[in-house]
Amino acid sequence: MSRLGMAIDTRKCVGCMDCVVACKTENNLPEGFDRDWITTEVSGSFPNLTMQIRTERCNHCSDTPCVSCCPTGASHIHDFGGVVLVDHDLCIGCKACVASCPYDARYIHPDGYADKCTFCIHRVENGEDPACVSVCPTYCMHFGDLDDPNSEVSKLVASRKSSVQHPAAGTKPNIFYLE
Amino acid sequence: MITVSRRRFLKITGFGLGAAAAVSASEPLAKSAEYINAKTGKGKGIEKIPTTCDICFWKCGAIAYLKDGELWKIEGNPEDPLSNGRLCPRGTGGIGAHFDKDRLKSPLIRKNERGEDQWVAVTWDEALSYIAEKMNKIKAKYGPESVALFSHGIGGNFLKHTLKAYGSPNVAAPSFAQCRGPRDVGFELTFGEPVGSPERTDIENADCLVLIGSHLGENMHNTQVQEFSRFIENKGTLIVVDPRFSVAAGKAKYYLPIKPGTDTALILAWMNVIVSMGLYDKEYVEKYGFGFEQFSQLISLNTPEWAYIQTGIDPEIIRATAIEMAKNKPRTLVHPGRHTTWYGNDAQRSRAIALLNALLGSWGRKGGFFFPASLDIPNYPYPEYPHGERGKVDNPGKKYPFASETITTGIREATITGEPYPIKGWLVYATNLIQALPDREETIKAIQNLDLMVVVDVVPSEIAGWADVVLPEDTYLERFDDLSITPFKKPFISLRQPVISSPGDTKPNWWIARELAIKLGLGHYYPWTNIEEYFKKRLGAAGYSYDELKKKGILKGEETPIFFEDGIEPVFYTPSGKIEFYSPQLQAAGFSPVPEFEKPKENPPGYLRLIYGRSPVHTFSRTQSNHLLSDLYEENEVWVNTSVAMKYGYKSGDKIRLANTYGVKSEPVKVKVTERIRPDCVFLVHGFGQTSKMLKSTYKKGASDSLLLKNCSTDPLMGGTGLNNNFVTFEEA
Ligand code: SF4
Repeated sequence: MSRLGMAIDTRKCVGCMDCVVACKTENNLPEGFDRDWITTEVSGSFPNLTMQIRTERCNHCSDTPCVSCCPTGASHIHDFGGVVLVDHDLCIGCKACVASCPYDARYIHPDGYADKCTFCIHRVENGEDPACVSVCPTYCMHFGDLDDPNSEVSKLVASRKSSVQHPAAGTKPNIFYLE
Repeated sequence: MITVSRRRFLKITGFGLGAAAAVSASEPLAKSAEYINAKTGKGKGIEKIPTTCDICFWKCGAIAYLKDGELWKIEGNPEDPLSNGRLCPRGTGGIGAHFDKDRLKSPLIRKNERGEDQWVAVTWDEALSYIAEKMNKIKAKYGPESVALFSHGIGGNFLKHTLKAYGSPNVAAPSFAQCRGPRDVGFELTFGEPVGSPERTDIENADCLVLIGSHLGENMHNTQVQEFSRFIENKGTLIVVDPRFSVAAGKAKYYLPIKPGTDTALILAWMNVIVSMGLYDKEYVEKYGFGFEQFSQLISLNTPEWAYIQTGIDPEIIRATAIEMAKNKPRTLVHPGRHTTWYGNDAQRSRAIALLNALLGSWGRKGGFFFPASLDIPNYPYPEYPHGERGKVDNPGKKYPFASETITTGIREATITGEPYPIKGWLVYATNLIQALPDREETIKAIQNLDLMVVVDVVPSEIAGWADVVLPEDTYLERFDDLSITPFKKPFISLRQPVISSPGDTKPNWWIARELAIKLGLGHYYPWTNIEEYFKKRLGAAGYSYDELKKKGILKGEETPIFFEDGIEPVFYTPSGKIEFYSPQLQAAGFSPVPEFEKPKENPPGYLRLIYGRSPVHTFSRTQSNHLLSDLYEENEVWVNTSVAMKYGYKSGDKIRLANTYGVKSEPVKVKVTERIRPDCVFLVHGFGQTSKMLKSTYKKGASDSLLLKNCSTDPLMGGTGLNNNFVTFEEA
């Protein structure tokens, strides 16, 4: 089994939103909706400040409230790499998954179904990186198999200090932020 | 304090299904493969066409993807040394320019008074005949020099050619007197060469990088940001000097929250420490330096304690950062910046930066400044241009003795005063002078003196609203432009070529410039009929194949040395042939031969200094109607320090107006309450608050910084305008 995930270097990320716009064009998102976004966290008071900038999206968790709560089976875990996907034809737009996600990663597409990051599965199955990863001008994003100890992502997570978002939610997220 | 960029997303999901359903009628922004397949029922057919980005002026090599003939997406060209296969967010969203609903669709001639935005659509023949007739009248009455061209980017090259053939030397770009001019003059006075664009900075190999106001990461000049990231990866020491806690500041080892306008004091103190402690590159200075003794004497009183009084920066931090720079020499890069027209004495500040680099021995060295390499492609063999009696109009009597390019505001002044001779026609190519120049009412006053005002642009920019004739240009995705021969680390050339056809009656600039020349009776200046003929002739003369360039988008030459240590000859094109620590030419012209600190204007009571900068997703005021980009950042906000906001009772999202000391008021703008700025200034992203009625999607969104810039002091060396010299207060929206 493989477990696809990301290691994102927050030291390098400048929050330029290239990942956001690349996702928009790659995946033909409707105006006003994004599958990924930038969060800027500032602490301290001027001028003694620290700041972390993160590119965020669905964490493709290993323990998935969004899949367990789906009444139709539309929200599911794909065979390839454990990627969490939504089958648009099965989705009835009930929004249970939107509410269950601790990362606010899902939205209801104007065409009525729940939508979110797919890790660009159509690219990944062709051996390419997700669009956000391959566009990043700072090369801050790394994508690969977290179950393979020799993958770049595994090595980065093993060798650098990192954290995940909302660990207490118990979702076992697969996006790691390198500090 | 957490901010999330997902503005639209949150707003719309918050409304529930009803609001979401209303959105579904809208067409997707960009057409993806699936969408097109679903719509057209066509099979898979992806076509990749290499071209060159034009969302800013960095000129990254790109590859456009078409799916069944429809534009899908654009990526970097991996062969291109500027993009390395990755575009910046603006470039990635560039395809939105093609789909822009507000873009110009046909030539327009104004119906009523200038500026009333009332138009009649005309044919290209009518529009160009009208322009040619007016230009011929101006030539007969005032001489050909009385028509000026304002132009930004390689797109304007052919209009420049037509104007020179017509007989005018008056061609200017705001990129000099409103942007990088002071820097290039300061470096030229010191090393004999400007920094140029792309900057000749070797950021990726630096061990220590100093950014003074330069906000890389928000300012997205692609290669610089890529190199900046590699610099961070290599664990270089970053020192950031900025009144605002920029993105770069968040990554710095040392953040120096300087009082605006006092940078020169800091730089002088750094040099004082490095010289007095004997930490400079002695061998380099001895070998290449001129006037070091006089220089070191003149800066001997500029101690860190003295600088502390001016800058507010702790003397110990000044010392520690100076030592850090010296420790890493010569791989310490004190970045020269790009947009440097701040306080009206900027060429001397830039010269101080140049001198600091000289002390560290970084000019010509790895991790410092390289000597750019470029391919040698001969110009097209045109007939010689006519040489008029009158020189350029912008700088009479060499009032600004070290101006190395044409001064936009000088042309504007001549248009108002008629001195040294009248200017009666303006051609404006792809530059929104309404936002690019300060003192907006002066620009409008000048326009009222014209017999002819022509704007060539893709969108109905604010300046287009003041034109007599508006000529709609193809977007960069629909046109050829002149060859892009960019001096950089590796010699190369890139091609901009059409990847899709325009939805309107728009034309490429080369066609516009050529047709205009023919109507002016200057057809012999265009011996070619099609631009591809022109490419073939130029490339053929240098032994390159146009067909290959068309296929690959990029052609590379042999790599050559770009650093002294790799064997490049150290040559300095200064009068002494050396690095001028002390400048006799400045002294002869009545200026300080070594930079001196001038105190900035103090804030009037109750007023804050207005500073401005870039958003990573916009280029000036050119991109706001691109829906892919406005979806990410639709309107600017005014950054106000938390303590100040508390005093006024503002919270983030409140709408206010900014008013300057002359009573000029901005459009309503949202407050962003933040710790990330000094309490004595406010910050705006440049390019917003546009008032072109034809540009519906961006009309009056946010506030215009440039509207509030009045009576800017002018750099006495080179005519640059000091754009950070205005103060604002808050008023109710
Ligand atoms: S820096 Fe960005 S906008 Fe400018 S040319 Fe490169 S990709 Fe295009």
